[in-house]
Amino acid sequence: MEGILFIATVLLVGWFVTAPVRGRQRGLADDADVIALRADRDAKLRELRDAELDFATGKLTREDYELLDGTLRSEAAQLLRRLDTKEGQTA
Amino acid sequence: MASFGRACLALGLTLAAFGALASVYGARRGRSDWIAAGRRSVYALAMVLTAAFAVLEAAFIRTDLSYKVVAGHSSTTTPLFYRMAAPWSSQEGSLLLWVWLLSIWSSLALLGTRRRLAAVAPYATAVLLGFAAFFAALDLFLANPFAIQSPAPAEGAGLEPLLQHASMMIHPPMLYSGYTLFTIPFAFAIGALITGRLDAEWIRSIRRFALLAWLCLGVGILLGARWSWTELGWGGYWAWDPVENAALMPWLTGTAFIHSVMIQEKRGMLRVWNVSLILGTGILAILGTFLVRSGILQSIHAFGGSTLGKPFLVFIGLLLVASVALVSARLPELRSRARLESLVSRESVFLLNNFALLALCFVIFWGTFFPLISEAATGSKSSVGPPWFDRYTVPLAIVLVLLSGLGPLMTWRRASLANARRNVLWPLAAAAFGVLVIELLSAAGQKPLALALFGAAVFVAAAVVQEFARGASARRTAAGVSWPVALIGLVRRNRRRYGGYLVHLGVAVMLVGVAASSTFQHIRDVRLTPGQTAQIGGYDIRYLRPSSSVEPGKVSIGAVVDIAKAGRHVVTLRPTRSYYPTLDPTLGAVSRYFNGNAETQVGLRAGVTRDIWGAISPDLQPLQPMISQADRDFGNASPRLLGLLVSAIAARYQAAPPAALFRVIVSPLVEWIWIGGTIGALGALIAMWPARALALVRIRRSVALRSPRPVPQA
Repeated sequence: MEGILFIATVLLVGWFVTAPVRGRQRGLADDADVIALRADRDAKLRELRDAELDFATGKLTREDYELLDGTLRSEAAQLLRRLDTKEGQTA
Repeated sequence: MASFGRACLALGLTLAAFGALASVYGARRGRSDWIAAGRRSVYALAMVLTAAFAVLEAAFIRTDLSYKVVAGHSSTTTPLFYRMAAPWSSQEGSLLLWVWLLSIWSSLALLGTRRRLAAVAPYATAVLLGFAAFFAALDLFLANPFAIQSPAPAEGAGLEPLLQHASMMIHPPMLYSGYTLFTIPFAFAIGALITGRLDAEWIRSIRRFALLAWLCLGVGILLGARWSWTELGWGGYWAWDPVENAALMPWLTGTAFIHSVMIQEKRGMLRVWNVSLILGTGILAILGTFLVRSGILQSIHAFGGSTLGKPFLVFIGLLLVASVALVSARLPELRSRARLESLVSRESVFLLNNFALLALCFVIFWGTFFPLISEAATGSKSSVGPPWFDRYTVPLAIVLVLLSGLGPLMTWRRASLANARRNVLWPLAAAAFGVLVIELLSAAGQKPLALALFGAAVFVAAAVVQEFARGASARRTAAGVSWPVALIGLVRRNRRRYGGYLVHLGVAVMLVGVAASSTFQHIRDVRLTPGQTAQIGGYDIRYLRPSSSVEPGKVSIGAVVDIAKAGRHVVTLRPTRSYYPTLDPTLGAVSRYFNGNAETQVGLRAGVTRDIWGAISPDLQPLQPMISQADRDFGNASPRLLGLLVSAIAARYQAAPPAALFRVIVSPLVEWIWIGGTIGALGALIAMWPARALALVRIRRSVALRSPRPVPQA
């Protein structure tokens, strides 16, 4: 009984694990630069949002906020442009 | 089913080896089919190890004494609840638990990243499977949980009485979850280093697992402390024991990582630091497991006399060499893209917090391994005790608490000094007021370090309250909603930030409990006979009468103690010591009941202002002649008759009780340790809860369209 159960387990596991190799999928799908840029973009957008919250809660003065927001927006816009270019190349 | 369990373990080892090779082959040849096969190996590993663990668990539940591990760690009289937790009381079972949990967490991590990190994930898969192969091999060849003996003994040795505690059901799985979860960021860091994909993406993908590891390890440590306080009978929750320290070290470096990784995410800075921190944390997690398994250092937790020390040392050495080599090879690519803009910023507070955490970790590492260091240097083993640890850890803890209050008040990048001053003003005033009140109302003024810690904790609490109040007020104004709705909305929209603040509050509360209870507790050991009274910390302790009970597999002898203050009854404590029969054949049939393992059941009155704790060590010496006589006269008695004899001896104790030794402790604010821990855990859950992706859409659109800046909302 134990032997049969184990053979069934081995067959099931073998079938499950080797299925992709039997299907012969090839190639790696991701573009490292695009993924890195997307991560940077999301981090930058989060930073913008944090700065907004810091201003709204009085942790940043208007002058500090405007300076920081301007810097962050220009960095974010730059990232979005680079991302657009990269995604255009990939498509 | 033992053969099936062992076969599943062997199949698991095969899968781990195959999957690791398939992943590396697939990554190097750009073959997604082999990479997928590698990932599926992890899922399959989780399936077969679940089956193996189920076989072992079923053997414990059935009390199948043909399993050596069951006979050694359970018995027919062990209650079902404890039988269910008994697998991880053994070396063999706990290793199986380790690798099983690793397979489950690894499967979840790889499932979550299956459409991301295509280059990094295969190497991370190989590393995770490497860990699994190591632990599966140990279990299979050096600590087999499925070893069988024939004929099966009629009775097992029983579960170690100290482990018969409710928290043992959760404490080890939580600790092991913490350790195994920390291997996930470790594995992805190795993958990122091998492939050179050192951007923020791998960090973003594993951040939640690092947080979960931190949470599980923290809860595990706290449950262990609670177990020590309520079960161990020595009257403390932390003893700087090597195994406790081994769990605390990765938790500290993990805390540093969780903070500094935010700087990398936002600024692209500290990449060498972060990757080194998480590699160090992963290695410390394995070191923690090694300390428990090897028995190399004296600890109440260690499985002494183990043969697993050498393989662990080789494995840790390998991890260390590989980590250092990879970081060194990638140093040029790990250089930061940005610099610290100002000392008055959240980044600089996080950096200071990192230094303090690492200093704390170093102190604990040095103190833990001092016996080995001293032996290597002088030839004789000596160790350092709690006073040595306290001398260094208390000042560092005060600095850490202060920084955990300062961090939330600072903004990223830079803040004008005037604004920073304005932000810290109210919390500082609250801290000063708090110190004054504590100084006036308590004896804390005589203990400057404790007073400083209380002040720092008030500073944190005030800073967190200020942050919540300001945020909710801004949201209330912007959205026109009530305070409670504004508060909920604020936390929902900014889970990481406000969850993190709650964690800071929880840690500060917890450290207040630690400082108050360790500095101002009263402890007294006193020998009393029934009717006698002793005083401690303003309380009268009166030994009213002895108690005894006999249950299957356990004899309990205790006392009923009245605690009163200024003549008014406060509480009745019933501390007990239980004796479990041993299978030692050198002892007589009745002696076995009284000379086996024993455990203390603490009498505890827990409260928000103080805990009153009592334990008893009954003097069984006057019963010895009676026990020896019974051994001689009833050596071959039936179990039923033996039960009657043991009951008679216990009744004799109750009728003519000798003086008993009591330890009584009055400890202030201990409960706040557990309350603080609960607040911290809640905060961590909020911080790791998935946020809606849509939350960034508004900002993204405003940047993309170059629209005028939206009105800031909380």
